[in-house]
Amino acid sequence: MALPQVAPVETPEIEEVPLDDRAWVTIVWDDPVNLMSYVTWVFQKLFGYSREKAEKLMLDVHHKGKAVVSTGARERMELDASQLHGYGLWATVDRA
Amino acid sequence: MFRRNGRQCVATFAIDEVRVLRKVAGEVVALLTDGFDHGDPVVDRLFPDIYPDRPEDSADFRKYTEGDLKTGKIDQAGAILAALPSDRAREVRLDAETAEAWLRAINDARLAMGTRLDIRADTDLGEELDDALLHDPASSRVFQLSVYAYLGYLQESLLNALTEVK
Repeated sequence: MALPQVAPVETPEIEEVPLDDRAWVTIVWDDPVNLMSYVTWVFQKLFGYSREKAEKLMLDVHHKGKAVVSTGARERMELDASQLHGYGLWATVDRA
Repeated sequence: MFRRNGRQCVATFAIDEVRVLRKVAGEVVALLTDGFDHGDPVVDRLFPDIYPDRPEDSADFRKYTEGDLKTGKIDQAGAILAALPSDRAREVRLDAETAEAWLRAINDARLAMGTRLDIRADTDLGEELDDALLHDPASSRVFQLSVYAYLGYLQESLLNALTEVK
């Protein structure tokens, strides 16, 4: 049996993930004005979340001061945050 | 306050309510047009930085999105002005789409007033109002606080009417 050919050591291909394809998050921050019922409604309306999920997120925002409401590509998160601003929610974007 | 009637959200407003709603919606439009100023805390609240720690990225994003966002907010405040009777008590009927515009516009008005009134998480609106009344019953703070409280009830009633399962 022939010995396996010694091939040059291949460096594992580390695919450089372009910065913009890594996961980003949209964060909603607590504020003293928005009604809890309204915030829940916005999450359902904008993201199609169930009432349970939307309520849980709203309570996270309320009790913890903020919550991640969506995760994905940067541009998508920017769109989400911008739409949340349209509803008057205080939203920002950050790296996951 | 709003109630559900078939597919519509219906409210009968007294003349004072019509005037107050016209005033607050008009003030939001003014704030977003002639009065638009990035140094104003209300504008900061309605158009928050998307990247709080990266002012350049925020500014860049703002450049492309702020115009549409502003137009949307002016349109939704306009939806209130368009649906209000001219200057008399009357019933207002909103379809689902207009009701949503109202909800968003009332929210913008509450955010603007809440920022001006320095409403915080631990603010007790009843106490604030009592204090303001004691200080000067005719003050603009008494009026602003009453309107702010009224808009909260109105928004809640509209949301309940809109999402009521029939």
